[in-house]
Formats: sequence, structure tokens, C-alpha cells
Amino acid sequence: MIFSAMVAQNVAFWVIAVAMLYAGLRVVTTRNVVHAALYLVVVLAGAAALFLLLGSEFVGITQVLIYIGAIIVLFLFGIMLTRAPMGKEKSLDHPRKLPALLAAVIVGGVTIYSVLDYFGDEQLPRESRTTTREVADSIFSEYIIAFEAVSVLLLAALIGAIVVARKE
Amino acid sequence: MYVSQFGVLAAVLFAIGVYGILVRRNGILVLMSVELILNSVNINLVAFGALRDTIAGEVFALFVITVAAAEVGVGLAIVLLIYRNRRSVDLSEVDLMKG
Amino acid sequence: MFAAEATEGIFQASGWFLENAWLVPAFPALSFLVILFFGKRFPKGGSEVGIAAVAMSFVFAVATGIQWISQVNSAGDDAAVDAVSSTWTWWVNGGIEFNIGTLVDGLAVVLIFVVTTVSLLVHVYSTDYVAGDSRYTHFFAFLSLFTAAMLFFVLSENTLQMIVGWELVGVCSFVLIGHWWEEKPNSDAALKAFLTNRVGDIGLLIGVAVLFFAADQTFSVLEINKMAISGEISHLALLVGACALTAAVISKSGQFFLHTWLPDAMAGPTPVSALIHAATMVVAGVYLIARLYGVFFEGFSIAGSSVNLLAIIGGLTTLVGASLAFVQRDIKKVLAYSTISQLGYMVLALGVGAWTAAIFHLFTHAFFKACLFLGSGSVSHAVHSFDMKSDMGGLRRWMPHTYKTFVIASVALAGIPPLAGFWSKDEILAGTGGWGLAGGTGGNGAYLVILIMGLATAALTAAYMTRCVYLTFFGEFRGHGTPHESGPRIIVPLWILAVLAIVAGWINLPKGFQLVPEGWTERFGHYVEPTADYFPSIAHAKPSWTLAVVSTLVALGGIAVAARYYFGRVRAESPMATEVGRGWTKRSRLASAGHTLLAKKYYLDHLYTGVIAGGVKGPIAKAAYKFNQEGIDKVVNAAGEKSVQAGHVVYDIIDQKVVDGIVNSSGVAPHLAGEEMRKMQTGKVQSYAGIVFVAAALLAIVFILVL
Repeated sequence: MIFSAMVAQNVAFWVIAVAMLYAGLRVVTTRNVVHAALYLVVVLAGAAALFLLLGSEFVGITQVLIYIGAIIVLFLFGIMLTRAPMGKEKSLDHPRKLPALLAAVIVGGVTIYSVLDYFGDEQLPRESRTTTREVADSIFSEYIIAFEAVSVLLLAALIGAIVVARKE
Repeated sequence: MYVSQFGVLAAVLFAIGVYGILVRRNGILVLMSVELILNSVNINLVAFGALRDTIAGEVFALFVITVAAAEVGVGLAIVLLIYRNRRSVDLSEVDLMKG
Repeated sequence: MFAAEATEGIFQASGWFLENAWLVPAFPALSFLVILFFGKRFPKGGSEVGIAAVAMSFVFAVATGIQWISQVNSAGDDAAVDAVSSTWTWWVNGGIEFNIGTLVDGLAVVLIFVVTTVSLLVHVYSTDYVAGDSRYTHFFAFLSLFTAAMLFFVLSENTLQMIVGWELVGVCSFVLIGHWWEEKPNSDAALKAFLTNRVGDIGLLIGVAVLFFAADQTFSVLEINKMAISGEISHLALLVGACALTAAVISKSGQFFLHTWLPDAMAGPTPVSALIHAATMVVAGVYLIARLYGVFFEGFSIAGSSVNLLAIIGGLTTLVGASLAFVQRDIKKVLAYSTISQLGYMVLALGVGAWTAAIFHLFTHAFFKACLFLGSGSVSHAVHSFDMKSDMGGLRRWMPHTYKTFVIASVALAGIPPLAGFWSKDEILAGTGGWGLAGGTGGNGAYLVILIMGLATAALTAAYMTRCVYLTFFGEFRGHGTPHESGPRIIVPLWILAVLAIVAGWINLPKGFQLVPEGWTERFGHYVEPTADYFPSIAHAKPSWTLAVVSTLVALGGIAVAARYYFGRVRAESPMATEVGRGWTKRSRLASAGHTLLAKKYYLDHLYTGVIAGGVKGPIAKAAYKFNQEGIDKVVNAAGEKSVQAGHVVYDIIDQKVVDGIVNSSGVAPHLAGEEMRKMQTGKVQSYAGIVFVAAALLAIVFILVL
């Protein structure tokens, strides 16, 4: 029973992971801006699924609401407002890709190495659910200052975005 | 499940995001790549939180999501401004800082 | 108010003021906020708040000083008196406590006394000097903030707190130099000061970090010093830490090769120059060395050596500053270079182990230099200019008080007994131990070269002050209108400082001085020099009467030469003249080249902006492109006119090819480096991002490999 649950979790993880990686690669390689945004949706949804898999319901739901619900829409608006061509476009990338690839490989390699080196084969606890109540308790007691700071930041970002984007 | 599964997945996503930031010319696509990076960080936060059985990971993931929302708002506003001034969102044309 | 016996109790028994020294900076800090937010509502625009707050600090500083003295007295003659430190936990992170607190010992007491005294006088002076200014309130707000920051800095209990104070005074300096920012040169000068100081700040950060880890993760000044002295910190760590901190000192205290910001800082209002750029802020670097003396003393192995980094930098600075003071037209710049030169003296003294002499010189210098600056402000108030050659002369007739105080302070600076400067300077010279080679005794090492540098500076100092006094107060008036003496709010501070410039030296008369009772000598050293185990055991040079006579004669000689030139030949030519028509520099090419070299400030500014900055930023300076197109001649330009003129002068002496070779290579190397670095500055955000990513990854690799 426990064994089969673990198998199910692992299968789910690998399915999600492969989908995310493929979609992630497409985000940075596709020639169509709108497609890139749609692939990004896949990555974000995958991340939300991973959060659920890890037992973090609230984060998963927030991920769906904010990222997929709001941020992607914002991106699509941005694409339309900047009148990017809807079809394929050749000049979306810099011609010299090798240095960028090199940088990405170095960064990724270092991170992967250190993750494997440090965590090795540590298992995640089998049952690790956190409820929304716990999250709320924590935010409004221990992290109240950070919470207030973030709310000020949002206000500042709101005002900043309006000031920057409005026509003189 | 091993925690390193999540760690490695996040690392690969991070690297993809770095590649995207460096190689894309369209400002909006660069912002999307930034979102990839932020998401990979969130996966790490939540996974490590689960590993150490602490709520801090999730709380900070939530903060990261909030900050990301703010970042996209301001970032897109800047891209719009660039577009309005130059009729293009090609970042390789924006090189006023050239020495 | 307190009853008499209650006051008595507070003063003697408890050491209340020593433990609550935080109140000293608290008053001006509070007044900064009050003036900033409510200043304009006060009838005098907030200045009365500032003066009241600084006066309170002054009273508290004096009370602290009295308690410290009584503490030392009650401890007996040879007992060690530990510093009084009170700390509170600021925050805790990862098991490390970050404290905030005060550390009061003789050194801190001297500094808070100097800062509050000069600050109080400058506040009073400023009510007249900047009267009617559009940012009057703002000015006083920042004077308050500066005073608070400086007091906070000198009372710091740990190195982290020192960084905070250090940066705060830097910001105040920036704001006040740029007080009249509407004029481009002023805001440029403010920026230059700020940016130059940032170079050194990096050194400070590195130094503090190195010491933090070397001293078993503590920021405490006392702990670090104790560990450095007891040998718990390796010599290498101390050396690295001391070198990094020296970089901070070089920029903050205007030491040679980063001193160029200090003369430009004279763009600020004169009271600011007196307070910040002469008496207090610029000695922050000297104070830093003195505070962490265990680190420097052990790190540079000051004992038993004959040369070290600090002494060399101090010696060079003192010579460079003094020689540059000669060719300035602007009275404030003369004083600025003089300040650089005297700061060099202090660093030199610390470098040779004459700790007490350095602090004593800091103490006396604050008074006479503040007096000189305020005097120059009074003069400029009268003639509306700082230019000695075109707008001054003969002012002693109109401004008797300014004249008298200026001369008193000049003589004190020149080091003529019995004024303050003589005693402190003489102690430094004796402390070099260089005299030991010629028959004297004592000292930590045998710094003969340093002694010679000090003596040469003594002569130069006396001579340029004579020139300055002549050009300002003698001859005929060369400006426009009729000058007038300044008001009492300017005169009274001047006289107070002048009196201090006379008497301040008497509190540390050398041992064996026969004219006063035995118990009156070396009072300053007795109360100020720490005796506890956080201070290295330094040797004390015996005062040498021969050396005192020699240094006095040297100073008098400097005065005599300059006086013969100015009071004799120049005045004989015409009372309006400022130099001899067919003088030395006109006849000798070598002399005129020397003059140009000085007038161009040893071409250091050219080196920084022309070669280094120009080379790095490339096309903006255009110099780099010209080089590519037009070759060697333009390299000479880019390297500064120096090469051209110096090249011409020595044309006959040295083979042209040698000169060219040196000039070329000196220009080409930074140029090529600049060209290479330019390529990185593509202006494209993404290439910067790429560099950041790769650099971060490489750093991570380093961490992985090391940890």
C-alpha cells in the first residue's frame, strides 16, 4: 500500500518533470512569442502540481491563481501592446548562442553538483501535508513584518508601473 | 521520493532560465525566462521546507510569488516604455550604457 | 537640578557619564531630526536647536572627561585602567551577536572633547557665516547629523559600528561639500570626495571582515586588540587586515595618492571645511589606526624596524602636502594642503609607534587648523573671494582680530615654541627614534628617513604659512571695495580657538621640563594612553633637547627664508606685488618646471582622470581613439602634460629615447588595460547578466572546492 503510493508519487513526479523541462526548453527556444507564453503556462502548472505533490496545497493554489491567472494574462497583454508579430519570427534570439549556452551549462552544472553532493539520497518524509491554517498562522505571527513589507512593495510596484507606463 | 529529484529539476529549470535571459532579444521573453528562474527557486523552497518539516519554505515561496507579480508588473511597464520610445522591444538595441 | 552633593556623587563614585556616553551623540542626533522636520518653524531657522544640542553634548563630553580623569587618578599610578564599555545586543544572527555600544577610554574622551568643542564653535560661527543662505536650516541639520555621526564613530564599541559611523560622516561630508550644489564645480567636488572615499571604504570592509574571522568571529575592538597583541591572530592575518585598513585611512584621511579629494572639498562652506575637513572627519582614519593599534602595531611590526607602510605613507603625504601648499592661490587650498601634510604627520607618528604624539598632534592640530580655516572664512567674508593673489593683501589694517588670531594659529602650526604645534610636532619627531642614530635615545625603531622627512616638512610648513600670511594680511589691498572686520559671532570663536592654539600644547610638556613641577608633565599621555591589555606595549622616546632646538631652528629658518623673499624682495618691488617679477622660477628652467609640477599637483589628477578613468571609459574621454590614430605624441598627452614638460626640461640631461621609452610604456600599459576592459562595457544588459551569472557560478565553484 505504502509502496504503491510511493510508486504513484514517483511516476507523477517524472511525468510532471519531463513535461516541465520540455515546456521550459520551448519557452526559451520557440520562435513564436505567444507560444512561449503558452508553454510557460505548462511550466507553471507543472510547478503547481509539484507543490501539491509535496503536500503544499496553499502554495499550489496560489501558484495557479496568481501565475496562471494573472501573470500570464499580463504577459499576453504585454505581447499585444508591443505588437509583436503573432506568427513565427526569426530574430527573436541573438545570433551568438554559444556563450549563453556555456553560461547556462556552468550555472546548471554547479547547482546540480552541489545539490547531489549535499543531499545525496536523502528521502523526503512520506507524509508532509501542511494546511492553509498553518500557513496563515505563520504569516500573521512569525512573518508579519515581512508580510507588511511585501504589501508595501506591491503598492510601490503598482504606483511604479503606472508612473513608468503612462503617457506623458 | 528523493529531495535531490526536486533539486536537480529546479537546477535544470534555472539553467534553462539563464539561457533564456542571455539569448532572447525580445524583452517580454526575457521576463518570461526570469519567471522560469523564480519558479525553480520556489520548487526548491517548498521541497526543502518539506524535507526539514518547516513551514518557512512555503511562506517564502508565497513571498517569492508576490514579489514576482510585482516584478512582472514593473518589468512589463518598462518594456512598454521602451517600445513606445523605440518602436521595438529588442534589448540589443538598448545600449545607452555602452562604455 | 541636582543638589550639590548628588552632582558630586555622580562625578566621582559611579562613573555614570562613562557608562552612559551614548547620550553624547544622542543630543545632536535628536537635533538633526528636530531641525530637519521642524527647523523652519523656529525663529532662528533651527540653528538654536543645533547649538543647544551640541552645547549639551559638549557639557556631557567634559563631564565624561572629568570622570575618566578621576578614574585614572583613583586607580593609582601604575595600575592598568580598563576602558569602560557598555554594550547592548543589536541583533542576533546565526548565533553571532551584533552589539552596539560605547567604548570610553582616554582616546575616546579626547576625540569627543575635540569634536564637541570645534563643532560648538563652528555652529556659533556659522550662524553669521551662512546667514541669509537659502538652505540655512538644512545646513544646520546636517552639521548636527555630522556631529552625531562623528561622536557615534569615535565611541564605537565594535568595528561594525565603526563602519556605520564612518559611512555616515562620509555622507555628511558629501552633502555639506555640495551645499551650494547649483554651481557645477561644487557638486563635482562633492562627488569626487564621495567616490574617492568609496575606494578606501572597500579596504575598510575587507579589513573589518578579515579581522572578524581572524579574531574568532568578534567585532569587538577590545577583543580584536587583545587577540592581536597576545598573538592569537596570525601575523599574516594582521598584516592583511592592517593593509586593508590602511587603504581606508589613505582615502579618508587624505593620505598620499588619494588625497586629491580634500583640496577640492574646499568647495563647501568654510565652517564645514574647518569642522569636517580639518578638525574632525579627516582624522577618522588616524583615529581608526589608533583605536585598532594592536592590529597595526603587530601587523606592521612597528617595533624594532626602520620602515613600514604607515610611516612611508605618512612621510610622503606630509612632504607632498607641504610642497603643494606653496603654489596655491586660494587661501583655503593652502590650508587644505597643510591639513593633508599635518594628517601625514599623524599617520607617520602612528607608523613609528609614537601613539601618544599622534593623538596629541591630532588634539592640537584640531584647534589651530580650525582657527586658520575659520580665519580664512572671516577674510573671505570681508573680500568675497578666496584668491590671495588678486583679492587680498594688507588686510591687517581692516581686520585686526582676524589678523591676530590667524598669525597665532600660523605660528602654532609652524611649530614655534611655546605654542601648541611645537610640543606635539616635537614629540612626533622624537618618537621616530631616528635621532637615536645621532645620539638620542628611545623610540620603537630607528626611523631616520622618516625623521628627515618630518624635519623637511617642518621647514616647508613654516615657509608656506609665512607666504600665506604675507599675501593675505601684508602689502597693499588688491581687491575691490573696502573690507570690514567680521561680527562677534565670528571673532569670538576665533579667539577661543587661538587661545587653545596657544595653551593646548602645555598639557603634555615633555618629561624633564624644568620650568614646571614634575607632576605637570606628560599629563595628556598619562590620561590618554591606554594602560590595559588591549594596547600594545610601545616604547616611549625620551625627549631630546637637541632635537627640539634643531626643529625650532628649522622652522625659524623656513620662516626666515620666506620672510626674506616676501617681506624683503616682494615688498621692495611693490606693495601690490605677490611675487618677484623676475624671480627664481622665471630664470631657471628647472625651477619653473618644478613650479609647474607643483601647480599641477604632481599630475595626480591627470593620472586619475586622464589615464586611468579615461583609459577605462574609453570613447568618452576620446583619448583612447586618438592614440590609435595618431600614435605616440597623443600617448604623451593622455599620460598628462607632465611628460611633455618634464621631457623638455630633461631633454638635454637624459637621452631622449630613455624618456620616450618610459613615457610610452607608462601610457601604453594603462591604455591597453583600459581598451580591454572597455570591450566588456557593451552597454547590453544581457552581456552584463551573463557576466554576473558566470561569476556567481565560479564563486560557487570556489566555495564548493574550499568548503
